[in-house]
Order: sequence, then structure tokens, then C-alpha cells
Amino acid sequence: MIKRQFYHLGEYVLWLQKVFSRPEKFKMYYKETIRQIDEIGLGSLKIVFIISVFIGAVTAVQLSYQFGDSLIPTYYIGYALREMEIVELAPTITSLVLAGKIGSSIAAEIGGMRQKEIIDAMEIMGVNTQAYLVLPKIVAAIFSIPMLIIIAAALSIFSGFLAAVSFGDFIPSDFIKGLTSFYDSYTVIIMIIKSFFFSFIIITVSAYHGYFVKGGSIELGKAGTKAVVYSDIFILVFDYLIAQLMMG
Amino acid sequence: MIVAKNIHKSFGDKAVLKGIDFVFEKSKTNLIIGRSGAGKTVLLKALVGLIAPTRGEVWYDDIDFYKLDIKAVRKLRKKVGMLFQGNALFDSMSIEDNVRFPLDMFTNMSDKEKSTQVNSVLERVELGGVNNKYPSEISGGMQKRVGIARAIVMEPEYLFCDEPNSGLDPKTALIIDDLIKDITDEKQMTTIINTHDMNSVMEIGENILLLDQGKVVWTGDKDRIIESNNKFIDDFIFASPFLKNMKNKAFGLEQSD
Ligand SMILES: Nc1ncnc2c1ncn2[C@@H]1O[C@H](COP(=O)(O)OP(=O)(O)OP(=O)(O)O)[C@@H](O)[C@H]1O
Ligand SMILES: [Mg+2]
Repeated sequence: MIKRQFYHLGEYVLWLQKVFSRPEKFKMYYKETIRQIDEIGLGSLKIVFIISVFIGAVTAVQLSYQFGDSLIPTYYIGYALREMEIVELAPTITSLVLAGKIGSSIAAEIGGMRQKEIIDAMEIMGVNTQAYLVLPKIVAAIFSIPMLIIIAAALSIFSGFLAAVSFGDFIPSDFIKGLTSFYDSYTVIIMIIKSFFFSFIIITVSAYHGYFVKGGSIELGKAGTKAVVYSDIFILVFDYLIAQLMMG
Repeated sequence: MIVAKNIHKSFGDKAVLKGIDFVFEKSKTNLIIGRSGAGKTVLLKALVGLIAPTRGEVWYDDIDFYKLDIKAVRKLRKKVGMLFQGNALFDSMSIEDNVRFPLDMFTNMSDKEKSTQVNSVLERVELGGVNNKYPSEISGGMQKRVGIARAIVMEPEYLFCDEPNSGLDPKTALIIDDLIKDITDEKQMTTIINTHDMNSVMEIGENILLLDQGKVVWTGDKDRIIESNNKFIDDFIFASPFLKNMKNKAFGLEQSD
């Protein structure tokens, strides 16, 4: 079991090396990257919007409930909300959800191409399939997912603010004071760094599971599940490592 | 010309190919035939480099394929076309984009030159006017033609076809066979076809290799098949008692049962 995991890790690293090779034709890679930005970036706006609004609101309500009657000054709640969203909730929750949305579809797309011998057909043409099928997705994700996460952070803080002032007994100016206190751009840097790592994980882990799929539709379904599960695990592991390294 | 030298392939301890030696000739339709499970697909994939043999060599003219590094393999592959059993068309691209893909990826042709080339191969396979359709919108026989068009658009020297007739009615199958044979003649390609269709064997069998349980058990051409008195040929080509009787009657051979 453990041996198998290490085998996969080795295969994954070897496979990644082939992903990063020089494009045969820049124009084709460029075209594919634009298509992927549309798919990964724009295609995920709606879900990112929905989850951010709710996560922000729930966090604010929860914080007000916990700290509302304590000695902690109320504006602290705005501050805590901001920090939680930027450092942890926006990057991590958004990435976990995107792993579900993008990861499973990438595994299914590439896995389907493997099963229908389309990858073989491209290999026979002389295409570097690892690079052509994966590199544009990585570039597109590293470009769009951090933006989605910035949007998520902003939206969730805003919705937290709305929730706090409309349902809690907050004076808006108090909350805004909290939101703007002790601001340190370092937390935003952590958020961006996390989002780069998470984007990379989602794409490569999912594409890897699709690329080596065997068998039929049951295996294809399993590859989709594995893509999501392993992306999630890696996201959480790296979430912890980055927190440990940058904030520990 | 493609030469197979002593090719062995095992999966685990299951030997599938047990020492294949054969010369696939230029400007000919070379057929790999044999019963289901004989190892045809594995042999074809070993020749084209999709399955690495356990032992043995594959030569593309004067190139020892399995000695090449990946860059050289990709370079050689620009001279290789392949038609897949399931067609392996890009299902989210139009017919025209499918055929144009290799040109987009590997040539510096202008858009106009590419269109001319795409239209000329589509016409060659008698598929004018479907450029903007998608693979799911055309029939199986037409998909085969698109597969052929895509395989030959780069004007390859070597063409591989895995079961080009599977899923086609006998008449359409013959048309596809003839198309492959004519193109092979015109472009002087080395064409290797993997089939278990007896009609194909009789129509385009210019150089045949009969596989049985991973071994070459007979070689020859379609004319020699009928006269041959090989047990494997009889089992394969004249599989039904009806055909066996026909053959025996035609050649005045002794009735065997
Ligand atoms: N990837 C593989 N792993 C293990 N065994 C395999 C693999 N591919 C093929 N085989 C085995 O090799 C043998 C030959 O298979 P192959 O697909 O070459 O047969 P075939 O002659 O093409 O048959 P068909 O006419 O049915 O397509 C079969 O017994 C098959 O089980
Ligand atoms: Mg086969």
C-alpha cells in the first residue's frame, strides 16, 4: 500500500518532467491556453461567487456569536474575519471546491482521450502529449485561479461585513475599523503563494490520474474521484507546510 | 520498408509474441492476420512504438527504432500515419480541424496552403463537403475516411492501420480497403494493416503474415493463400465447413472432415 503510493509519487515526478518541455508550436499552445483560461477561469466564476458569499457570511455570524458578548472589542471581529478569509478560507476552501469542479473534469477529459486512443494517435503524429495536454492547463490555472481566489477573498469579506451589520448588532464603522486594522500585506502574499501551489496541484494531480487511466468507464469514474481526493489531500498538506514555513 | 527482427513480447509471464521476423515491404499493403488473441494488435503496436517489445528490433529502412531517443522518435513520427480501430478522432473538433491538426502542429504552412492540403486529402478519401461537421455527426464509414485523411495529410512514408474494417458492412469495408491500397500505391508507402477480415485478405493481401499464438505460421500473398495447404490457413480463412468444402471442390482435393 505505502509502496504503491511511493511508486505513484515517482511516476508523477517523472511524468512532470515531460510536461515541462519546449512546445512544438507556440501558437497551438497559446490557443489551447486561452481556451483553458476560459474553461478554468471564467467557467469557475459562478461557483466561486456562491461559495465565497456564503463562507464570508457564515464566518462573520460565527465570529459574532463567539465573541459578541466577550470582552474582546467588537471591531476585532472584522479584523479576525479579514485574516481568516485571506490566509486560510479563501485560498483553501476555494481550491478544495475547484479541485472538485476542475480536477474531475480534467481527469475525465484526458482519461477519455487515453481510452479512445486519442493520446496514442497524437503520439504517433509526433506530439509531446504530456506537454500539449497539460502545460496549457497549468499556465491557464496559474493565471486564473489566483485571480479567482483574490475575488473570493474580497467577496467573502464583503459578504461577512453585510452579514455582520445586518444580523449582528454591529455599527458598520466599527466593523470597518476592524477590517482595516493591523493590515499586513504579508498575509496577502501568503494567499497568493498558496494559490499558485494549489493551482499547480489541482491541474497536475488530476491530469496525471487521467493520463494513465486504463480499462473502461468504471476506471474513468474512479480516476475522476482519485483526482479530486488526491488534489484535496495535497492541497491540505501544502496548506499546512506553507503555514508552517511562512508563519511558524 | 519496415523490418521486424526476432520480436518478443511478454506481459508478466504470459508470452504474447514469440520471436517475430518479417519484412514489411514498401509500396505494398502488408497484412498481419490471425485469429482473435493471436497477438496482431500487440505486434502492430510494437512496430509503431506504442508497446515496447521485451526483445527484438524494429527497423524503419535504415533506422533502428528502439535505439532512437525521444526527440528522434518524434521526428521519425512525422513520417508515420496511423489509422486506429476506434478512429481516435478529436471529438470536439470539426472534421476539417481534425485533419488540419498535424499541419497546425508541425508545419509552417500558411492558412491557405493548409486548407488546400486538407481539402485535397478529404477529396482523395471522397469526403468533400463535410468539413464543418463533427465526428459524431457522420457515419462510421465516413469517420474511417476522416481517420485515413488525417493519417495521410502529412504525406507519411509509413502507414499503420489497426482493423480498418471493424464495424463496417462488407461493401463499405471493401471500399476502405481499396482506398488504402490505392493510396499506398500512389504515395509508395509502406502500409501495415492488421485485420481478421477474410475479404480484405483476398482483396488487398499483397504480403501477408499469419500469426498464431504469437508465432508466424505462414507468409505469402493472396494468390498463394488459395493454393496453400497449410493447416493454419485452412483454419483461419476457410473457417466454416461450407468454405472448406468449396475450396476442396474447387481444387479437387480430398474431402476432409
Ligand atoms: N496490455 C496487456 N496486458 C496483458 N495482456 C495483454 C495486453 N495486451 C494484450 N494482451 C494479451 O495479448 C494477447 C494478444 O492480444 P492482441 O490484442 O494482440 O490480440 P489480437 O490478435 O489483436 O486479437 P483481436 O483480433 O481480437 O483484436 C491476448 O491474449 C491479450 O490478452
Ligand atoms: Mg486486435
